[in-house]
Amino acid sequence: MAIHARLGARPGAPAPPWANVVESIGNTPMVELRRLSPSPRVHLFAKLEGANPTGSVKDRVARAMLADAVRSGALKPGQTILEPSSGNTGISLAMIGARMGHPVRIVMPENTTPERTQLLQLFGAEIVYSPGAEGSNGAIRMALELAAADPTLYMPYQYGNEANPRAHEETTGPEILEQVPDVDVFVAGLGTGGTLTGVGRYLKRVRPDVRIVAAEPLPGELVQGLRSLDEGFVPPVLDRAILDDKYLVSNRDAVIGLRRLTREEGIFAGLSCGAAVAVAVKVARDMDRGSVVVLLADAGWKYLSTDLWTRDLDELEDELEGSVLW
Amino acid sequence: MSNVRIPPVLRETTGGSRTVTAHGATVDEVLGDLFVRYPALRERVTTDGELSPFVNLYVNDRDVRYREGLATAVGPDDTVILLPAMAGGAR
Repeated sequence: MAIHARLGARPGAPAPPWANVVESIGNTPMVELRRLSPSPRVHLFAKLEGANPTGSVKDRVARAMLADAVRSGALKPGQTILEPSSGNTGISLAMIGARMGHPVRIVMPENTTPERTQLLQLFGAEIVYSPGAEGSNGAIRMALELAAADPTLYMPYQYGNEANPRAHEETTGPEILEQVPDVDVFVAGLGTGGTLTGVGRYLKRVRPDVRIVAAEPLPGELVQGLRSLDEGFVPPVLDRAILDDKYLVSNRDAVIGLRRLTREEGIFAGLSCGAAVAVAVKVARDMDRGSVVVLLADAGWKYLSTDLWTRDLDELEDELEGSVLW
Repeated sequence: MSNVRIPPVLRETTGGSRTVTAHGATVDEVLGDLFVRYPALRERVTTDGELSPFVNLYVNDRDVRYREGLATAVGPDDTVILLPAMAGGAR
């Protein structure tokens, strides 16, 4: 009954129109996950970054990196933008770059989902595929080689661009604190490290006792195609000192987390969100009381073809061994 | 005795084994036991007695860098996971 009453409610005034879609990036919803919280005294909240225009948190990063490059003069009118990305950042750059009049070329592992290719193409980007066995590391290596060989290209390079964590320090972090002023723990997927570093910097400045916790994918055997440990990679924008804890999450646990989000909370999200939620629930279980905010980096649209929600878990686990999905 | 998972990139040092067992109540002791049997592993995993920056080591699912480092306790039923530092996935 109470739920039905609330369904008709419209809290707050609707926002005035933005001048264009890029300006509408950010200001994403925060929702409480009461059904997933292990205790009524621990409040678990999700920041829904899938509500951004291209469906992921990377809209914030792409906008910030390109604005920064225009300001500094590093990006000239009409110059081609090149970037390694296994999906979300590439799609954000493709949309924003096209609006700004720049050709966009994305280096992406060949074993991601077809939706990523479709989205990149519909925004007019050119795609260069890197060997799937090398995972994201392979895309980074290839993009760095392409950029070195052709000085006419501009590469924002999200892994080493300070505008990436700064976007989160200036927008995501303040939004979180405004939405959940008593936040005790912040959980997000590791990725480039930009979200954790930027949000962590902001939150720790204002609330020094806040804990910053990373969820990291357990890489499948088939995407660990490194020839030596020297090919390993720690993103330059990741500030390891900001992190308080880091959990490894298997694809299986990420899928279980994803399905709980969908079935129990009605939230349609991407695979890394399932992993982040799995970690958030684990952290919440160890707390007596308090507030945990978990950032859900993207919506589920780019994963529909993988049937993450409906297929047999064992079968899915075998297939995910060889893919780069989060 | 704990199980230690060896990533593909380090398996040449363990004769191809994916999983090996090791004695020790801390990460340091477990690694020490492994280095006696697989000496080539030492220089790949550690630098000046610390974990190499490109290696991540987990006890069960938690990265020991954010716990007590090499002094992190390892129980007999725990799994120690060694992994190369990799770039994040779908980002």
